[in-house]
Amino acid sequence: MRFTLNGAAAEVSAYPMKRLLDVLREECALPGTKEGCGEGECGACTVLIDGEPVVSCLVPFAQVEGAEVTTIEGLGGDHPLQHAFMREVGAQCGICTPGMIMAALSIGPTTSLPRVREALAGNLCRCTGYEAIYRAIGNQQPSVGSRGSRENLLGRSEG
Amino acid sequence: MSAVGTSVARKEGLDKATGAARYVDDLVFPGMIYGRTIRSTIASGRIVSVTPAFDPAGFTVVDHRAIRGENCIALIEHDQPCLAVDRVRHVAEPILLLAHEDRERLLAAKVDIAYERADPLFDPEQSSQTFKQILIEKGNLERGFAKADVVVEGTYATGHQEHIYIETNGVVAVPEPNGLALYGSLQCPFYVLKALKVLLGDAAPGVRVVQAETGGGFGGKEEYPSMIAAHACLLALKSGRPVKIIYDRVEDMLATTKRHPSIVRHRTGLTRDGKLVAMDVDVLLDGGAYCTLSPVVLSRGVIHAAGPYRCANTRIAGRAVMTNTPPNGAFRGFGAPQTQFAMEVHMERIAETLGLDPVRLRLKNALRPGDTTATGQKLGEDCSAAAVLREAVRKSGFQRKRAKYGASKRPTRGIGLALFYHGAGFTGGGEVALASRAAIETAVDGVRILVANTEIGQGTRTMLAQIVADTLGIPYEQVAVAQPDTSVVPDSGPTVASRTCMVVGGLLERCAFAMRMKLGDASPTEHFARHGTLRIEEQYEAPSGRQWNDVTYRGDAYATFAYGCDVAEVELDPVTHEARVLKFTAVQEFGRPVHPALARGQIEGGSAQGLGWALLEHVVMRDGAMANAQLTNYIIPTTLDTPPMDVVMLENPYAGGPFGAKGLGELPIDGPAPAIVNAIRHAGIDVRAIPATPELLFGCARLDADASQGAA
Repeated sequence: MRFTLNGAAAEVSAYPMKRLLDVLREECALPGTKEGCGEGECGACTVLIDGEPVVSCLVPFAQVEGAEVTTIEGLGGDHPLQHAFMREVGAQCGICTPGMIMAALSIGPTTSLPRVREALAGNLCRCTGYEAIYRAIGNQQPSVGSRGSRENLLGRSEG
Repeated sequence: MSAVGTSVARKEGLDKATGAARYVDDLVFPGMIYGRTIRSTIASGRIVSVTPAFDPAGFTVVDHRAIRGENCIALIEHDQPCLAVDRVRHVAEPILLLAHEDRERLLAAKVDIAYERADPLFDPEQSSQTFKQILIEKGNLERGFAKADVVVEGTYATGHQEHIYIETNGVVAVPEPNGLALYGSLQCPFYVLKALKVLLGDAAPGVRVVQAETGGGFGGKEEYPSMIAAHACLLALKSGRPVKIIYDRVEDMLATTKRHPSIVRHRTGLTRDGKLVAMDVDVLLDGGAYCTLSPVVLSRGVIHAAGPYRCANTRIAGRAVMTNTPPNGAFRGFGAPQTQFAMEVHMERIAETLGLDPVRLRLKNALRPGDTTATGQKLGEDCSAAAVLREAVRKSGFQRKRAKYGASKRPTRGIGLALFYHGAGFTGGGEVALASRAAIETAVDGVRILVANTEIGQGTRTMLAQIVADTLGIPYEQVAVAQPDTSVVPDSGPTVASRTCMVVGGLLERCAFAMRMKLGDASPTEHFARHGTLRIEEQYEAPSGRQWNDVTYRGDAYATFAYGCDVAEVELDPVTHEARVLKFTAVQEFGRPVHPALARGQIEGGSAQGLGWALLEHVVMRDGAMANAQLTNYIIPTTLDTPPMDVVMLENPYAGGPFGAKGLGELPIDGPAPAIVNAIRHAGIDVRAIPATPELLFGCARLDADASQGAA
């Protein structure tokens, strides 16, 4: 099956009904995406498909044919949101963090707390009480982009 | 250049934000196969037969006969089998282990088990089997009641709570030439090691336990990992291959430990002006089917049962009993949230009965330096009960809002508070018995910390490195922390009981002082270049003058206490009966924060977990099994359930802790439930149990706004 994975063309052979989560972790050697509940309730396995956040435990692999899939590894290690999560201790145990960051990426630049709350309502964190996560999202470096294109949010250069 | 007191970059912070951190399910070993546990489906009875009903090709199968040592999960008692022999005492008790390289075939394998059923016991009040009984007595209860103008009685109950660490329990057991390496998501490597040695006997003399990055614990990975580790090791020994067992969410919720449900009865005598003169408290904890840690959960529970209050005549009687439900165990707070929930809701009812302001009632009785607790512990200047109460009242605008909401004839909003404390470190003589050891050693680029204490999200690596860096006078970046591996690190005790920063941090401070003396003018790096590794190890020594009697339960129960006062503002939906928390204020004193951002995170996270316990988290038990063992219908707080939080960290440096620090991890979960229930009470509903779900609130009596006094 062909699709785009973290910006590069990928061809992966796996059972079409296998969970995207497992394909990413096992066939693609990208274990940054985590399983928390296996039933789409906790959001730990959130990835972006064509820019939209989805829970990869509920997506059969067949569905991503031709799509663009972005995992936490696709951000590299230097994204402003990743630094903000570290600085503000938005991650404690860290197991929800990759999914939380992927969900947060799709919010767009906003200082509206109700909007952030709503966008993250499908991502459970048991450690932080969410306050430090809001601080991380609210205190990204200005380079995150005031114009708010998705490319910008994904940390790619504008142009 | 000091690191302590500043929010330095966490050691593993970026790895967690980039997905590079490796948790146990991310570990892969050559030839690895997967393990599965076949469990009982009844709550009590005899096993008549166990019949595998699958093609055995490629399967490894293990039952109790494969155990070379003792068939138990060794903890306080040796009562819990690793694999059932001929009887089961709860649903989800392990009976048979399977392993296979193909997970689909493993999951499809059927095993027929025939039982001869017995009558299960689910009501702790009917249980005649007691795991532990404790009596605390101070003064003379009868004489106390003789002085009382008013006696207030009440019964309060709390339910199970699931930990819901977002990473479920999991391990990998890997055969090695001299035994086994067990990698796991766990809090206490040496607890697992001890249990494995008892279980495996001479089968694996060189067994070692290594902590993988751990996705949350909250007590749920204190004792349970010994069980799953035991299972993986048995399968690895039999198959000769690495065996991974990762529970799915349903199995984790069905089979692993939960917070002990409680029933607490209070009978309290007061003078008319609100002075406590007699407190009679009865605590009952439902331990579940095996002992696990129930005796020590009860111990912390009863010691905290009188709250942070002064009373000359106190009797606290506690029991932890057996029922045919999966064993309950450690959960952040360890009995203290249950008993302080009862105490603080009871205080609110006392204030109502006497017609006293709830803040004044608490201020009148709050422990001050020089006062003694129920066990007779005399408190020093590190007692901050009155200070946290005053600051919480001021910060939250409590009195103004109390008057405003209270003026309504049929209020929908209420505000309530709770005053609480939490002992840091092991109870009583526990730290002396542990005799923890910690070490540091010089290395090519600085020093390395060697402890068994685990980073489970709370910041262990970072805090300990801050303490060592400042004591040695070197940059924080030059302090590394070894991965906890029982073959490498000394046993610095378990990562529990709010002890890591205060007790283990204190040990490391001593190590660093000793190293600094030996280094002279040289830096660790220079010394290493000239002389090789310099290793310093220190062992725990009790603070001088501390006394404890484990028979009479008299003396200094803890080295020190941390203090907190929480204020909750609640809105009730008159149609759905849902209680929502609008605003939460937490004022907490825990000596001095070593890392302010991490400390704030403990308070915010613990408060959210307490909010869940108070309102949302309802473990529904049906025939001894959790009926809602899924995140779909066991609800923990989401972003939409968690209110804005105002956190104040009051400083009162504690001379006995490193850089003035006390323990913090558990304190924040003691206050939210009673503060929220007291706010619901202020809005007119007489609720004395949690979780206060809409269904429960619907059935509670409405307090008449004009005549709420005297409710009994």
